[in-house]
Amino acid sequence: MIRRLAWYWLIPVAALAWEVVTRSAGAVYFPPPSTILARMREMAATEDVAADLVPSLARLAVGWALAAAAGVALGVLLGRSPLLAKLVEPMVHFGRSVPPAALLPVFLVFFKVGTPIQLAAIVYGVLWPVLVNSMDGARHVDTQYLDTAQVFHLPRWRVVLAAAAPKIFAGLRLSVALALIMMVISELYASSEGIGHRMREAEGSVDIPAMWAGIVLLGVLGVVLNGLFLAVERRALRWHRGRTAA
Amino acid sequence: MLEISNLSHVYGSGPGAHHAIEGLNLSVAEGELLCIVGPSGAGKSTLLRSIAGLIQPTGGEVRIEGKLVKQTPDNLAVVFQDYSRSLFPWMSVADNVALPLRRKKMDKQQRRAAAQEALESVGLAEAGKKYPFQLSGGMQQRVAIARALAYRPALMLMDEPFGSVDAQTREDLEDLVLQVRGHHKMTIVLITHDIDESVYVGDRVVVLSKAPAHVVGDLKVELASPRDQITTREHSDFVHLRAEVGRLVRGLERTPA
Ligand SMILES: Nc1ncnc2c1ncn2[C@@H]1O[C@H](COP(=O)(O)OP(=O)(O)OP(=O)(O)O)[C@@H](O)[C@H]1O
Ligand SMILES: [Mg+2]
Repeated sequence: MIRRLAWYWLIPVAALAWEVVTRSAGAVYFPPPSTILARMREMAATEDVAADLVPSLARLAVGWALAAAAGVALGVLLGRSPLLAKLVEPMVHFGRSVPPAALLPVFLVFFKVGTPIQLAAIVYGVLWPVLVNSMDGARHVDTQYLDTAQVFHLPRWRVVLAAAAPKIFAGLRLSVALALIMMVISELYASSEGIGHRMREAEGSVDIPAMWAGIVLLGVLGVVLNGLFLAVERRALRWHRGRTAA
Repeated sequence: MLEISNLSHVYGSGPGAHHAIEGLNLSVAEGELLCIVGPSGAGKSTLLRSIAGLIQPTGGEVRIEGKLVKQTPDNLAVVFQDYSRSLFPWMSVADNVALPLRRKKMDKQQRRAAAQEALESVGLAEAGKKYPFQLSGGMQQRVAIARALAYRPALMLMDEPFGSVDAQTREDLEDLVLQVRGHHKMTIVLITHDIDESVYVGDRVVVLSKAPAHVVGDLKVELASPRDQITTREHSDFVHLRAEVGRLVRGLERTPA
């Protein structure tokens, strides 16, 4: 553990360098980390941070879970049904090729500003990578696993899910980062609360350190979410890591 | 036990159609260990898949204990050729063996005990907690056999089960099959392209022709048991039978007795 931590020595060094460079340059738009940290502490003391953070994270979690479940279910269905896939695949490739952020104006027409539109944006961003990867995984399940399932009368869909799990997890991992991006974008443009909204407010009142506080917070959030996901994945796919390492 | 009458199977249709099996008749008695040999691509796997209900043959019928095979019957197990894909890599060895027992009326405790017993009978008492990738190829194939044994089928089908392991392991596994059928009452159909193996393991050897496959030879193997890798194989009866099967496989006439 200590040894692993020792590899992170570059982080304080980088922070220090950032501090030195920004201070000596005196650039208004790039405040030194000490200023950002001080502003963060001040905000934490004087404002209700949870009121912004909790709704953001709740939407992130709900949107991600909905889209992940739908993506896996649809993807596996399409992967196992050649007929359906032939019919729907062109549309899938179109849908996933549209950058989700470009659809915000469209969502603004269809959904109410606030939670509905943010959920829609997160769901749309998450759905495609999960769906496409699940479809790919389900399509390439080894036929001998399916024969084995049939001979021993095992539930076929469980064998498909287990065999496709490495691919499904690859899609889910991508989607965690996308969910965070979609959360912020939708809050920047179509919300009256949340981290993104606060960053926009800070920008409006030229409170540069507060804006950077949001950026740092999002970075930390991204790292934490990814770490959580990796921990789950590592447990679920232990067999796969061992097999591919061998 | 097993009755195959006038079985045919054609893959595809039109000018590109492939006649894999045509007019194949075969019956296997209860408790028999039948070896099926035939040249590569003859249609041996196709035959096995028809017996197992994994494909619907385009003609003829397969009956097991009098019942027409439409889907995989309950009392049938298969050991597939390719050991690297025959076990589920995402579960432990013990879970692989115990999984098919879920639909038998056994609780978790009993399933675990049955799996352990089957693993012991193939000489892998210690391997239960490992994952398949942690075992050698021969060991994985043993686990596949243990899975079939624990299932207690009336009919066990084996498709070139030892085709992809080294010679030493192969001999061990052949003896394992002989030992297994000594302990459990079951009918075994073993497919192989190895002529020596068919004679060494079988009570009876059936030879298939090149595609489209049909039966071109049917020989009783009357060698003393228990069989032994060295002494059985040097016995003159063994040598004679092997030559006879070899001629049939190559499409030559049987030597007059
Ligand atoms: N799903 C399929 N579609 C079309 N042709 C097939 C299919 N499966 C097998 N065949 C063809 O049928 C023939 C017999 O195949 P089969 O696998 O039964 O042979 P085999 O006797 O088991 O051969 P081997 O000894 O190589 O395992 C082969 O020529 C093969 O190309
Ligand atoms: Mg074959």
